[in-house]
This record gives sequence, structure tokens and C-alpha cells, in this order.
Amino acid sequence: MHRTLLLQCTVRQSFLTQDREARVIPGSFDYHRPKSIKEAVALLADLGEEARPLAGGHSLIPMMKLRLATPEHLVDLAGVADLKGIRADGGDIVIGAMTTQHELIGSDLIKSKIPILREAALVIADPQVRYVGTLGGNVANGDPGNDMPALMMCLGATYQLTGKTGDRKVAAREFYQGTYVTALKQGEIVTAIRIPAPPAGHGYAYEKLKRKIGDYATAAAAVILKISGGKVAECSIGLTNVGDTPLWADKAAKMLVGSALDAATVKKAVAAAEAITSPASDNRGPAQYRTKMAGVMLTRALARAKSRAK
Amino acid sequence: MAKSQVAMKVNGKAVEALVEPRTLLIHFLREQLSLTGPHIGCDTSHCGACTVDLDGKSVKSCTVFAVQANGADIITIEGMAAADGTLHALQEGFREMHGLQCGFCTPGMITRAYRLLQENANPTEEEIRFGISGNLCRCTGYQNIVKAIQYAAAKLQGKTFQEAAE
Repeated sequence: MHRTLLLQCTVRQSFLTQDREARVIPGSFDYHRPKSIKEAVALLADLGEEARPLAGGHSLIPMMKLRLATPEHLVDLAGVADLKGIRADGGDIVIGAMTTQHELIGSDLIKSKIPILREAALVIADPQVRYVGTLGGNVANGDPGNDMPALMMCLGATYQLTGKTGDRKVAAREFYQGTYVTALKQGEIVTAIRIPAPPAGHGYAYEKLKRKIGDYATAAAAVILKISGGKVAECSIGLTNVGDTPLWADKAAKMLVGSALDAATVKKAVAAAEAITSPASDNRGPAQYRTKMAGVMLTRALARAKSRAK
Repeated sequence: MAKSQVAMKVNGKAVEALVEPRTLLIHFLREQLSLTGPHIGCDTSHCGACTVDLDGKSVKSCTVFAVQANGADIITIEGMAAADGTLHALQEGFREMHGLQCGFCTPGMITRAYRLLQENANPTEEEIRFGISGNLCRCTGYQNIVKAIQYAAAKLQGKTFQEAAE
């Protein structure tokens, strides 16, 4: 069983069968609330492997309740003002890691420059979770079930990682190495997400199949494309929760460039996208079904992105 | 592990206490402050029965540590009615429109709907349903909960709620 799947199942469903009393109280820890990035990364470096950063907490706290995570120290990033905010910087949009999904949804800048981000944020979890859940937490956790990582790969985002010794930048497309395994080193945190704004008039869609509000995707697809003269000039595709990591379907996207998104070309590209998936069989469906659903989500996303392109 | 001092405003009253960092906000409210309105339903941030208003956000208090709420302004169902006992428009709406049967989800529904109406005073039915999608009810089928929120929205705007013809 894939580790993601195991954790997702465990976190989301095991309360039905386990001893509730023993499984809902997290283990003891010391709580730290730094006021600056510098203070936060110094704490994480000094406290070592038994310390975890706390963002919105809606992945970490459920894991702590199950004792799947038992950090001895939590470094709460909520008091770090420099981790907040959304701003334009040239052609890029820079988003502080502690910006919540709710704040993304309410941002006029995001709505006008990167509307797919708003569309994806609206299908994450539920209203209460979106008030608290952060973009940084969502991308840094390394859970392929999270919606933002595949979207960040689709958009060509770059993460700013900060540790005690300084900053470095890693492309979203190179950040994810395995389930819960990322390029983040011990003591580093994601401090900002830099996204190049897609070209004016681009088409976009995030299509997510889920069983109910609050569920992870059975499969989901993010599409950004630019059409000029009736032909696809640029295209990028991300896939959520159909592999050990989020997936960037670059071969499939390249097959669409130069086409008018005719049915035969779309079919070939969708097959190429399906070919890179390796979902687990779980209670969202058998692997073959989830691969097919990734294809269906991509087909729908392409059609909707095309209808939105100007 | 050292206990932490927390201070917050709950339903307009300043409270201070020592808590273990691992104390969840729902347990702090229910066990230390004896505010048993917010309910523990699923304990997995699914059901919304534990929803409270925290600094203008609806949060599931089973998935927030009390220490994270240090300095916050919190409203629970106990803080909805006026000091003289006059019900809030939402409470009145749930009574008038039969928005509850067993009542277990109601404190969470009302505190969530309170924030929804603060952000959108005149929501459509679809916006109400989307807005309460983090709160589960196993009795009503939601129809009367939606009506109760529509009733409250109308009342808060000085209008009379007209039920749509079915």
C-alpha cells in the first residue's frame, strides 16, 4: 500500500474503527511562537529533528492526534508577519507561505492575474479549513493528495526555502521527490511562492473529482493554455493524487501545442498523461479507474480552458 | 513539558488560563471554560459541530490548539443571544424554520452561518449551501437549515422572509 494512501486513509477514516479516546489527544510538545523568519529558522535548527513548523495545522494536527506525528516542539509560524501577503513583482505574483486559502480566494490580484489559483483553492477541503489552511503548508507537506502542488508545477512556480544559513530557490517541478519527501532540508521552511503570471487572455481550468466536500481528489487536472490564431501556442498540465508525487505532464502538453485541440490530438495527449500516472487502489477506486478519471478530468479541463481562452 | 499561559476574549469576556500546549481549543472551551455549546462530533475536522468564530474566521476547534488562540477574540453559540436572552436572528430562524431535529450540529451551524452572513449579508441558496458545506447534519437533509439562514438574513436586513413556492 502506498504511504500516502495509507496516511490519507488512516487520518481520514480510522477513527471509525480505533479506540477513540486513545487516539484523539496529541502527544505532549513544547510550543514556540517566533515573530520573525530568522527567529523561526534558528529555533528549527537548534531544536533539531524533533521540531516541526506549524502552519495552518490541518494536516499536522490530525496526524498528531493519531500519534503518526509526535514532535517534541512545534514552531508556530502564525506570528511571523513576513510570511503573509500577496504582491505583484514585475510579471510575477509573490505569495507569502502563511497566506491562507481563504485569503487567496478573496484576493483581487489573484482573481485577475492567476484565476486558476482561486478556482483550485475553492475546491480544497471546506470553508472552515480554508480559513486556516495555508498555501505554504499545502505545497510543503509533500502529500500528492494536496491540490496546490500539481497546480504550482503547472504554473511553473518557484519556492523560496529559508534555513538558518540563508535562502535558496527550488522550482516546484523539482521539489517533489516522493510521498512526503521533498527538497526541503531539516530546519528549512518554505517562506514564499513565486508564480509567473500566465499571459493575458490565457485559458485555464482546475477539474477535481472527489467523493464529497472535504475529500482529497480521486483525480484532478490543472490546465493553463494560450491560444493564438486558433492553435495552442502554450500549454501546461498538472495532475493531482495519481502518483507518489504531484505530476507535471509535459509530454502530453507538448503534443497539444500547435493543434486546434481537435478530438484526435486531445485523445492522444490524454493517453500520454494517463501513461505517467501510478495511482494506488484505494477507497476512491481501483488504480485503473483513477487513471481513467485523471484522463477524464484532463479532457474536461482542456475543454473548459479552451472556452475561456481569448 | 511546560504549560503555557493563554489570554483571550471569549464571548466578550476576557479569560486567562494555564494550558498544556497539546490542549485542543474545543477541550479548553468545554472543560476549562464550561462552554459546552460547541460539540465534539467527529474529532477529525470533518463534521463542523465544534465550529467557533475566531478572529472573524469560522474554525473547527477540534483542530486548533488553545495556545494558537492566544490573544484571539472567540465567539461560541453561548455568545449569540443578547444579554437579556433575546435570541439572535439565526437562533430565531432555526426555531421558526425547524432548522434542527436532534440539535447536535446546531451550535456549529449557527456559528458558521453567523460568519457567512457577516461576509455576505444576502447570500443565494447556492452560496448558503456552499458556505455551510463544512458542517454536517444527519437529521434535517439541510433544507430547513438553509431556510433558517435565509430567514435570519432577511431579518437582519429588516425584511420578512418569504419562502419560495415549492
